Amino acid sequence: MCLGVPGRVVEVRGRTAIVDFFGVRRETRLDVVDEPVTPGDYILNHVGFAIRKIPSHEIQDTLALYELLLKEADGDMMAADVRGEIAASRERGPDA
Amino acid sequence: MPETLLTEGVSELRFRDPAQARALAGALGRVVAEIGRSPVSVMHVCGSHEQAIAKFGLRAVLPRDLNVIMGPGCPVCVTDIPEVDEAIVLAQDGVRIATYGDMLKVPGSAKSLADAQAEGAKIDVVYSAAQAAELARDTNEDVVFFASGFETTAVATAAVVLSAPPANFSVLSAHKYIPPVMEIVAEMPDTRVEGFLAAGHAATITGSAIFERFVERHKIPVVVAGFEPLDILGGLVKLVELVRDRSPAVVNMYPRCVTPEGNRNAQDQLWRVFRTVGGNWRGIAHVPNGNLRLRDEFATVDARKKYQIDVRRLWTHAPSALTQVCICGTIMAGTASPHECPLFGKQCVPDSPVGACMVSSEGTCKIWYQYGGHPDL
Repeated sequence: MCLGVPGRVVEVRGRTAIVDFFGVRRETRLDVVDEPVTPGDYILNHVGFAIRKIPSHEIQDTLALYELLLKEADGDMMAADVRGEIAASRERGPDA
Repeated sequence: MPETLLTEGVSELRFRDPAQARALAGALGRVVAEIGRSPVSVMHVCGSHEQAIAKFGLRAVLPRDLNVIMGPGCPVCVTDIPEVDEAIVLAQDGVRIATYGDMLKVPGSAKSLADAQAEGAKIDVVYSAAQAAELARDTNEDVVFFASGFETTAVATAAVVLSAPPANFSVLSAHKYIPPVMEIVAEMPDTRVEGFLAAGHAATITGSAIFERFVERHKIPVVVAGFEPLDILGGLVKLVELVRDRSPAVVNMYPRCVTPEGNRNAQDQLWRVFRTVGGNWRGIAHVPNGNLRLRDEFATVDARKKYQIDVRRLWTHAPSALTQVCICGTIMAGTASPHECPLFGKQCVPDSPVGACMVSSEGTCKIWYQYGGHPDL
């Protein structure tokens, strides 16, 4: 629950963003993040909200752990946590 | 011999940079030896830290004299029995309860939410507060979001409360605030914690400076660390250096996600919606300012104000005999490990948990059960 999940912002629509989480696109809310977010930025998402914009020089280091975890089966609790964080974002409507 | 053990142990793990991991493990050994006491005990307060430590087998590369304990870092585990009872009473009265999956099996005084669900109560598992509010929008029924989690997660609940949720939506807050419980654990005579490793992503919100007052009062160092195995080892090296140098300070070893001031926008929303009140943390103690409750101006969204919740009707059953044996509380206070509990892995397993620590994926017992826990070196 503490892990959150990083993702790449694809599109910003007011207070929400379409974010690509390792190939899964979901809607994330931008009410909580304290910096402007634009397409191409990476954000850290926790229970459906972007909580931080990840500085560009830190992105590779941040992604490494998650890429490793997402190769694990669902039974692994860290992998399940990260998948749960992706599921916490809203599914996109048909227009997205 | 320890050198060989370290080298073999580290090379078998999937570190991104094994050479750096070896260097950090070596540094840990040297610094702990320089302290010259045994054991040196440090505590972290985060289920994800414990998962990473157990999953990557980090305890196998720690020096024998360094004891890394998980404290009360599992919000589901410290949810108190009366809080679970409140949700069960609401569910029995026909309110739809939306909550995080881990909350279903947490025992109340007589039963869990999963038991209530089996008896016909309407319980929905959600991954976020926003999904609970959407559930309310999609139905005419009353929906109560039974909210657990520390301040990081409470921020999301606050944002939902502030974004005009539907009138049939309210929040039953079991949110907890970590800094006050660190004070309680630091003062426990049996714990002897000499340093705290703080959870990186919680500090993303609160900022690392939130720990300054704690360090000032207790003269115990706090290091903020991330969740990569290398982040954790690096954080531990810095922490034992501060112990060795008798230098109580806050050090941020996770600057890629954490700043001293944190996310001010998130803090504003958190404190506009919530205030701290004292309350019991299951198995630990009464924690002054440890609970996050909705402020009076949000009474219409506060399930405790919206409904008369009388939990006494659940108190007709005595707790089970096994519950009396469970040592979840002392495990969360850091004075016992799961292997010291006679129920661990026998009567108490993830499919039929006795205590909350075996319920949640952030509970020490479940993490040790899944990942094998503490190798006996």
